[in-house]
Amino acid sequence: MTEQRADNPLVQLVLVRFREYVREPEALFWSFGFPILLAIGLGIAFRSKPPDVAHVAVVTGDARSDAFTEALKHDHGLAVEALPRDSARTALRTGRVAVVITPGGNGGVEYEYDDTRPDARTAKLLANDALQRGRGRQDVLGASDRFVREAGSRYIDFVVPGLLGMTIMGGGIWGLGFSIVDQRRKRLLKRLVATPMSRAQYLASYVVSRLVLLTIEAVVLIGASVLLFKIPMRSSGLSIAAIVVISALAFGGLGLLIASRSQTIEGVSGLMNLCMLPMWVLSGVFFSSENFPRVVQPFIKALPLTATNDALRASMLRGVPFTALWPQLGVLALWMTICFAIALKIFRWR
Amino acid sequence: MQSQPSYALRVEGLRKFYGDVRAVDGVDVAVPPGECFGLLGPNGAGKTTTIEVCEGLLVPDAGVVELLGLRWDRDEQALRERLGIQLQETQLAEKLTVEETVRLFRSFYKRGREVDDVIHVVQLDEKRDARVGKLSGGQKQRLALACAIVGDPDLIFLDEPTTGLDPQSRRQLWDLITEFKRLGRTIILTTHYMDEAEILCDRVAIVDHGKVIALGTPFQLIASLGAEHVVKFALAPGTAAIDEATLRSLDGVRVARAIAGEYELQVGALHRTVPALLAFLAERRFELAQLTTHSATLEDVFVSLTGRQLRDD
Repeated sequence: MTEQRADNPLVQLVLVRFREYVREPEALFWSFGFPILLAIGLGIAFRSKPPDVAHVAVVTGDARSDAFTEALKHDHGLAVEALPRDSARTALRTGRVAVVITPGGNGGVEYEYDDTRPDARTAKLLANDALQRGRGRQDVLGASDRFVREAGSRYIDFVVPGLLGMTIMGGGIWGLGFSIVDQRRKRLLKRLVATPMSRAQYLASYVVSRLVLLTIEAVVLIGASVLLFKIPMRSSGLSIAAIVVISALAFGGLGLLIASRSQTIEGVSGLMNLCMLPMWVLSGVFFSSENFPRVVQPFIKALPLTATNDALRASMLRGVPFTALWPQLGVLALWMTICFAIALKIFRWR
Repeated sequence: MQSQPSYALRVEGLRKFYGDVRAVDGVDVAVPPGECFGLLGPNGAGKTTTIEVCEGLLVPDAGVVELLGLRWDRDEQALRERLGIQLQETQLAEKLTVEETVRLFRSFYKRGREVDDVIHVVQLDEKRDARVGKLSGGQKQRLALACAIVGDPDLIFLDEPTTGLDPQSRRQLWDLITEFKRLGRTIILTTHYMDEAEILCDRVAIVDHGKVIALGTPFQLIASLGAEHVVKFALAPGTAAIDEATLRSLDGVRVARAIAGEYELQVGALHRTVPALLAFLAERRFELAQLTTHSATLEDVFVSLTGRQLRDD
């Protein structure tokens, strides 16, 4: 009746992870569907359009009003309308026009606009140029334009590596956190510990399953972005894969640390949000982290998601070689080591 | 064949405190191989704490625990291979099937029983491919039992194996446990059902407030009452109370006790006491609201020792 072991325990544990994952349709959506839908939404919102036209208004009632309007119409970057003073002011206040142009005293001109709005300042410069040229100004320096609209510098190019980084973070933290705490809450963890199961293999099953699932997630997200948005891939798949793997290990360690003591789903959810929210905001997922003040930059650079996003962007968009990314990879390796070390020390097994 | 230790489980002076609460307060138990031993007591008596210390899941504050001649601090891995454990209220992974669950647990043990064999023993063949989440309470409990025996253990711990089950499922589990007993395995179980302890256990320790207050075979414990029957009665509302000493003076009554408006008499011979009781009540013109009798059980032993019911429901 008694016989030798037939199944490898690590293989069985990893199979459990996969089975629980694929039998949870919501999890499939959040890890595959959601990032792609988000990328599509952002791609549509920030698609490449012809250059914006600046709206300006010329105040009527002056002898030179018509001449101004004519001169401004020569610039295709401007949309001009002639309005009485009150209507022009209303249009400015409501943002329908960026600049109100009034023929002023001494044959001059007056521009009314909000100098904190970049588009208003651009419109004022364009309008001023058009009026000066209309009155016969000659450019001192001969100038010509060459337009560059290249893949790699669009918003969608910026945001896709950020979404990939966010997916890696979410997978590591949610994937480990909820599952482990749920097992602890249901006393399944305690039951497992009551068997000869190797605790190292139990934890390894999470690492292995996360890496496999993440490989699929990354391939799907990158593949969809390349196909739909022609996102450039300026480094080898291998170095991008290496960044993804190191990031996954760092966030896996963080997820393990977050889940190491909590006994309730509510408790661990709070901790996960506490960890992830600052990184969603600070680590440059949707907008560049360079926007934050210089004093907080060292702190931001030390966050694992910043390291992941910076490394992915440098690698995918600029083709920076893997070895030149050592600061980011070092940050990630440090997070991984510290998190795993603490988590293993304080992990509550029962 | 290694030398057989004289006890499958030996516990001496076991103590476990949680702050001021003395969950286990000096328990001594010795269980020879092949015995089915029961810890019987009300909820909160310290049964689960005692069994979890024995299972190596809790560290005692004081005392010795020796299983199969081994100790947790020296031989944890060897012990884990030889124990089968069912915890109270474990929820197995709901998304796995019965077979996947048993196979997972089987993979942890170097030696053990075949997965199909174990599923057959706990009568879950038809549910082999069903998700754990879809099983009934009794089926889940049998699956938990399957996980406990899949390593072909020498010593099996069952913590309240039938709590919350319907009578039919309980009987089904009793049959399974009786089957292990027949195979000569040592079984330690906790329960707060006296009928379960009487049917399954060779010996019973009655536990209350972290202490063993009685130990013996169910037969010995019941015999210790010196009474074979219990008469319970209640009087119609508004009737004056009868004092215990008066009742004790009736023919054949060994012990008389009033609990929560009911009277309970432990008696040697029903045919002498019941007519005497009825005559006494008629003489005082007391009206009976209820009168029942039953053969003495472990429940009566507990009541006799503590003055409380085993279960307060």
